Amino acid sequence: MRIVANYKHFKVLNEEIQQAIKNGAAQLTLEDVNGQSFIANSLRGKLKIDIYGTPGNDLAMFMDGPKVTVFGNAQDGVGNTMSSGTIVIHGDARDILGHSMRGGKIFVRGDVGYRVGIHMKTYKSNVPIIVAGGCAGDFLGEYMAGGIIIILGLHNAAKKIDLLGDWVATGQHGGAIYVRGEVDDSKLGDGAAQFPMTADDEMIVKKVLTEYCSEFSLSLERVLETEFKKIAPGSLRPYAALYTCE
Amino acid sequence: MCPEDAITLHRTPSVMSAHPVWTENARRDVFTQARTGAVLLASTGNELHERIIFDNLLLDACQVTNPAIDPLREPIELRTYIGKKPRSVEFEAVGNDIKLKTELSPTLKLEIPVMIAQMSYGALSLEAHEALARAAVMSGTTMGSGEGGLHKKLYPYADHIIVQVASGRFGVHPAYLQAGAAVEIKIGQGAKPGIGGHLPGIKITDEISETRMIPVGTDAISPAPHHDIYSIEDLAQLVNSLKEATRYKKPIFVKIAAVHNVAAISSGVCRAGADAIVIDGFRAGTGATPKVIRDNVGIPIELALAVVDQRLREEGIRNETSLIASGTIRNSGDVAKAIALGADAVKIGTAALIALGCTVCKRCYTGRCAWGITTQDPKLRSRLDPEAGARRVSNLLLAWSIELKEILGAAGINSIESLRGNRDRLRGYGLDHTTLDILGIQPAGR
Ligand code: SF4
Repeated sequence: MRIVANYKHFKVLNEEIQQAIKNGAAQLTLEDVNGQSFIANSLRGKLKIDIYGTPGNDLAMFMDGPKVTVFGNAQDGVGNTMSSGTIVIHGDARDILGHSMRGGKIFVRGDVGYRVGIHMKTYKSNVPIIVAGGCAGDFLGEYMAGGIIIILGLHNAAKKIDLLGDWVATGQHGGAIYVRGEVDDSKLGDGAAQFPMTADDEMIVKKVLTEYCSEFSLSLERVLETEFKKIAPGSLRPYAALYTCE
Repeated sequence: MCPEDAITLHRTPSVMSAHPVWTENARRDVFTQARTGAVLLASTGNELHERIIFDNLLLDACQVTNPAIDPLREPIELRTYIGKKPRSVEFEAVGNDIKLKTELSPTLKLEIPVMIAQMSYGALSLEAHEALARAAVMSGTTMGSGEGGLHKKLYPYADHIIVQVASGRFGVHPAYLQAGAAVEIKIGQGAKPGIGGHLPGIKITDEISETRMIPVGTDAISPAPHHDIYSIEDLAQLVNSLKEATRYKKPIFVKIAAVHNVAAISSGVCRAGADAIVIDGFRAGTGATPKVIRDNVGIPIELALAVVDQRLREEGIRNETSLIASGTIRNSGDVAKAIALGADAVKIGTAALIALGCTVCKRCYTGRCAWGITTQDPKLRSRLDPEAGARRVSNLLLAWSIELKEILGAAGINSIESLRGNRDRLRGYGLDHTTLDILGIQPAGR
């Protein structure tokens, strides 16, 4: 089913989406989207939503299951506190992408902004995954408690911007960040450390990137040509010695 | 505390020589920190400031010129609706019928203007959490899930539970948000304004891990700020996002700690779309907080409440949000005084735990609560029977509701609505001029 967003208020647009789903639509195409917030908020089940234009903040917040594809750029808060499902963004996305995300995947073709993957968590088989094709801003994976973030830095051969911002993974106590290229230790925040890639790590990266590359029709071999670095927590309880009782 | 008064306890006399400034506690804290190099944790509320403004406020009663109301003979209304109230209402005639034209915002119906505060499963045992939820159902009020999700055993009571969304976002998912009676965004709490929280990994048991949705044994870290809220506009975005997630059917609360600039902040929170603002005073209790924060940060709830109510009235937006006061509400007198100062309702935490058996021993942070309240140890937990606990908490609320009716009746008021913000029925006793001015009340005798 097709819905033209144009200049509709987000409340109106999201109500139309709710109604369409209630009437049994399993596939929605949103056209002419102009910054409307909260699209796909809390949606559950096996839905497919294609978005043309630029969705507004908090796209797919709390989402639990659907696949959302954006043929354009996205703004702040993509996949905020999301439970499961897939978000594919063919352009760039901005700040706090995947904030407190607990499951599902977010694949971004281009760059991502500040505070991406802050406080991502793992629970049992739910392992949230974020892959950015470009570079990431400051505070990537702060307080990260689980999940996987992969930063590829494609199209950055000229190294015009840094692959990673400053203060990467401050307070990290779970999960892993894989970076395609060199990482200077000075970029890391307290609690995070670099580790050599193990065979398991290589397998995880290959598995995730196989899906990522097929989504964007990229060559997996070319992407895997460059070596990856791993950033993980120095301790599972970084603040264990911070407090005392008596 | 021996319920039969069969055991008497005496403090061992101090071996330290007495000193008025370097008290035993002050010295002990220095010893501990010199040994550990760590931040001191403390439980329950502020211990440094003994003066409580509520105790210096006096309520009014009728004599001769206007009659008191006898609550045993005449109905007195305690029912309270929390949420946005329309500025005006419009009706339209449909055939022979009259229909309401104004679109109303969702509200929460309370049979008594006292709710049970936000305390998490993890800080509390499952038995304590269940007892409070059942008490909320029995008394027609609500309890708070706290940050940390809702155990599946509590979902049957969810229409009396306000589910919390805090900075750690633990256990937050669509079913949780849609199950609750309302959603509360926690920005701050009175016992630790401006700082986050760490539930140590050793406390993350199997069941807590399932409810919080994090692995067993990892620290549950709640960051100081919500990383998606750096401004009032960002707060509005989270409020709207939660309204979308609950399809505009539930009120959205925002909880803040009472800090110096609380009036301006509350005005912003109200304009961000909050249906209710919970203000937590600097004396509020907690399971664990850095002692230095607990004892030194924030302002008293009485002052915060008065200035926020005043500010929202001046700006003409008082009807846009409800005000809920918390942080050492100890009895029905405190409830009445808070309402007269401008609150729509209050929340109780420590008082509800005391009803469950808590003796305020101040050792919640050890995780060894002898009453099975703030512990995860199965042996200690088995001491707390959720059903008996629920009865005790709901007895407390019943007693308070009878007393509130007495207070209202004595003042010649037949509905709690008429006491709200009615500072004319309050007088200050032994308060200085500035405090009286901030509270907006006259001294006793005037
Ligand atoms: S009795 Fe339990 S809940 Fe009360 S202060 Fe002591 S440890 Fe905390």
